[in-house]
Amino acid sequence: MLAIYKRELRAYFTGVIGYVFLVIYLAVAGVLFCYSTLFSMSADVTSYYSLMLIFSAIVLPLLTMKSFSEERKMKTEQLLMTSPVSITGMVMGKFLASYTVFAAAQLFTSLYFLFLIPYARLQFATLFGNMLAMLLVGLVFIAVGVFVSSLTENQLSAAIGTIAIILGFIGVGLLSSLLPTSYWLRYVLDTFSVLSRYQSFTNGYFEVSAVFYYLSIAALFIYLTVRVFDRRRYN
Amino acid sequence: MIKIKNLVKRYGSNYALDDVSFEIGEGEIVGLLGPNGAGKSTVMNILTGYLSSTSGTVEINGVDMLESPIEAKKYIGFLPEQPPLYPEMKVMEYLNFVYDLKGTDLPREEHLSEILSVVKLSDLKHRLIKNLSKGNKQRVGIAEALIGDPRVLVFDEPTVGLDPKQILAVRSLLRTLARRHTVILSTHILGEVQAVCERVIIINKGKIIADERTEDIVRTIEDSYRLRVKICGSAREVEAALSKINGVRGVTATGERDLDAYAYIIETESGTDVRRAVFSTCVSRGFVLIGMENVGTDLETVFIRLVDRSDGARTDKKKRAKR
Repeated sequence: MLAIYKRELRAYFTGVIGYVFLVIYLAVAGVLFCYSTLFSMSADVTSYYSLMLIFSAIVLPLLTMKSFSEERKMKTEQLLMTSPVSITGMVMGKFLASYTVFAAAQLFTSLYFLFLIPYARLQFATLFGNMLAMLLVGLVFIAVGVFVSSLTENQLSAAIGTIAIILGFIGVGLLSSLLPTSYWLRYVLDTFSVLSRYQSFTNGYFEVSAVFYYLSIAALFIYLTVRVFDRRRYN
Repeated sequence: MIKIKNLVKRYGSNYALDDVSFEIGEGEIVGLLGPNGAGKSTVMNILTGYLSSTSGTVEINGVDMLESPIEAKKYIGFLPEQPPLYPEMKVMEYLNFVYDLKGTDLPREEHLSEILSVVKLSDLKHRLIKNLSKGNKQRVGIAEALIGDPRVLVFDEPTVGLDPKQILAVRSLLRTLARRHTVILSTHILGEVQAVCERVIIINKGKIIADERTEDIVRTIEDSYRLRVKICGSAREVEAALSKINGVRGVTATGERDLDAYAYIIETESGTDVRRAVFSTCVSRGFVLIGMENVGTDLETVFIRLVDRSDGARTDKKKRAKR
């Protein structure tokens, strides 16, 4: 698993994808930061992070679209599958490599708020809550991306598929908020809503159940990816 | 070393492999031969744990591939049909990755440089894989299979797409490797099996139709004996005269012409030598004999006959079943 993790991480930066992702992510984060805090003279972190959440949904597939689709296309997955490595180890190696790049970018953009310290009273609980929430939601987005990339050898399809599923996750949250509170469908939609659990973090509360929720949704998609490989051996 | 028992691979109602069993002992070098689509790659993919079989078992060095795949895969070095290379990596970087991937515990520097010298890539170790020629890419693929010094080497069509000089180089490399490893290679090139393998398993439409030592397989199928002659004179007369010789089954003109002589293939019953009789017939009829040579049955012919025979047997069976 460590070998795959290291190779994957290095591949991001021997090719262009790693740099492209970082440049886009940091640049857009900078612009959003300027608009949501500096220009509006506000130390409110939540609006910045909710914009970043939507933006992440669109750029994260850049990191995961290659994961397995490229291996399949280049037939290198044959090397991975016939090496003495478990399928779970292989999937985790890929997943963690993508997550490392995302987490590094995410933590780096959080440094932007340091510039506000001399000028405003930052609410650190809210800031950390938002940071943690982003890192947790990232787990889900990347797990979805890795899963979708295992389904196709076409990188573009992988990226579009991932965006569709992630926007679906966000969409059900919005949809459920339109429904009357006691309506049964609302409960169902809330189960799949990545956003509804996000809210409490942004208010500075630490919710253990939400942490478990994100971890288990990510685990579910990793498990599904493993199943894809397991099944393919029988087909 | 390798034990394959009653292997079946079914895609829907299609049998890619139909009850394939064989055993390969330590240090053997075996060729898996068959026309395209016969199931060679399927056998190799199941053998290496890339695919699962519908039923049947694979044992590598006594370890069952399905029960403990990670343990079993440690004994195998596999070069798939298309070498699994990452084009954006340098040769050395790639080999280091494979070294880590396989969890090798041999001394890294020594082991990798030994492999590089075996496959003759030492000079190219800092080059990007995508810039290598096809032959050198194949060598990197072979190097990948050798990492960890696995006891079994599985090569799927190792010489496809190489130029004649590269083919010879890869074949001699395979022979060198066979001294220390059990080697199984697939090919549809018959000369390759004759040049490299001690034993040949012929597979057609998912079934094994022959499994014998390379030199024996020619002998088992060979029930006739062929002679190639070049004779000056009217083709019709020559054919008629040659056909009358005792022991001759048939004479066919090959259509090939050498000055005013034509070439013929004389087929005889096995065990009869008609060379003297051919010579004296020519002398008595006034033909001029300018060439004569034995044509042994080559693997090509054997192969085609075996495949035809197995296809024929199958259609016979079907016909019988219909009745």
